[in-house]
Amino acid sequence: MSTLSKSPWILHYDASSCNGCDIEVLACLSPLYDVERFGIINTGNPKHADVLVITGGVNEQNREVIKNLYHQMPDPKVVVAVGICASSGGVFRECYNIVGGIDCLIPVDVYVPGCAARPESIIDGIVKALSILEEKKEKMALPVRVASGGEQ
Amino acid sequence: MSRRIIVPFGPQHPVLPEPIHLDLVLQDERVVEAIPSIGYVHRGLETLVAKREFPEYVYIAERTCGICSFIHGMTYCQAVEQVMNLEVPDRALFLRTIWSEYSRMHSHLLWLGLFADALGFENLFMASWKLREFVLDVLEETTGGRVIQGSCKVGGVRRDIPGETLDRMVSDLSCFERDLKELAHVFLRDESIIARTRGVGVLSRDDAYYMGAMGPTARGSGVAIDLRETGYAAYGKMNFRPVVEMDGDCYSRCAVRMKEVIASVDLIRQAAGKIPEGEIEVKPKGNPDGECFSRAEQPRGELVHYIKGDGSRHLVRSRIRTPTLTNLPPLVKMLGGCELADVPVIVLSIDPCIGCMER
Repeated sequence: MSTLSKSPWILHYDASSCNGCDIEVLACLSPLYDVERFGIINTGNPKHADVLVITGGVNEQNREVIKNLYHQMPDPKVVVAVGICASSGGVFRECYNIVGGIDCLIPVDVYVPGCAARPESIIDGIVKALSILEEKKEKMALPVRVASGGEQ
Repeated sequence: MSRRIIVPFGPQHPVLPEPIHLDLVLQDERVVEAIPSIGYVHRGLETLVAKREFPEYVYIAERTCGICSFIHGMTYCQAVEQVMNLEVPDRALFLRTIWSEYSRMHSHLLWLGLFADALGFENLFMASWKLREFVLDVLEETTGGRVIQGSCKVGGVRRDIPGETLDRMVSDLSCFERDLKELAHVFLRDESIIARTRGVGVLSRDDAYYMGAMGPTARGSGVAIDLRETGYAAYGKMNFRPVVEMDGDCYSRCAVRMKEVIASVDLIRQAAGKIPEGEIEVKPKGNPDGECFSRAEQPRGELVHYIKGDGSRHLVRSRIRTPTLTNLPPLVKMLGGCELADVPVIVLSIDPCIGCMER
């Protein structure tokens, strides 16, 4: 395990969730579940974050916000879709303003089921995401051929 | 005099669990004007009445908001029951009251934690959320869900609380109440909290009334509006007075919520003492035909559910009016003239619930 997954920083964004999953994500930080024991810290700055945790589905207003947050995060990064709405749109799938789950916009690595997702399953999802983060990091570390400069 | 600049606040901001965007017009460090823009969480769930039958729509109504989910489901059920002339059994009404009050405690404790966090008092955030877990455990034990309960249905409630469980809930409350009072002591007496909240974001009584403030935002400014006094569910049989503070600043709004948690403990005790034996539901016959407004007191203020049925299994219209929307104009008023560093505290002080507001 590298330093990256020993202290992953999380960026939480509420896409169009009902709040149920959001408060369960926050509950993970409370003394009972306390994810800081895994070195996980909730940050508000996308440039500091390794894991993007999204609750709720994509709607017309927030699709640009989600794309922005995702592209601002440094590589390697993983996306965890928390709750059924983030995974597929859930009960709101048929609403006129819902485009669908997060994966219709950005690649998702881990889907956490539940309505609302329980803190235990959220923690499980994030821990699963950490191994994916490691894999991505290893792939990045492969030697890449660098152009030797000049016009070609 | 420096020139005016606009600082964007949100939609994704560390202090906000939910997205809302404010354009803050600044002159030096003072906010001259705040311009809110909303719509990041809008789903359009009211239109789902056309796709879900009316007994199923309770679950959609509950998912308007994950914090006050039970009260949303209950208010919708009340509206349908009124249209269909259903006589809900007393035991169900008392159970609804008990679960409403547990929901209120969980919502207020959640807010108190977030508020402490916005002040930079992380220890107090942890203390509030630790107490909240006790409330969630009770909700999970009695309904099966921590935040989305799904225990209300048209005509009553889905499950009963057995007598011995109710007795244990009441006896557990005394220990919980002792911890709450310790927490209240910090929130109401701590010097740093007082320094950050006294005189910050003042909303006068007249402004609160004429701008349509609701719930703790109104009661913090001395307006004694509390829908529980109208006696829906079993509140008519309770001995209850709204908590009111006079100063209209962030401290008052915090004090109202802190005292309401303690008042909720008392209401649960009363309800558990008076709850009658009997049925917990009546079967609805036929379909709703007609329209109705139903109101209830959410942790953030007045919640209105309007429904209209035409005698079919699907309702024609559902309309939800939530307290956060009515609390936005007072928020804009409070932000005028405040310092930039106080903006997070003031925004949180109305307890914004964007999920409810935009539906």
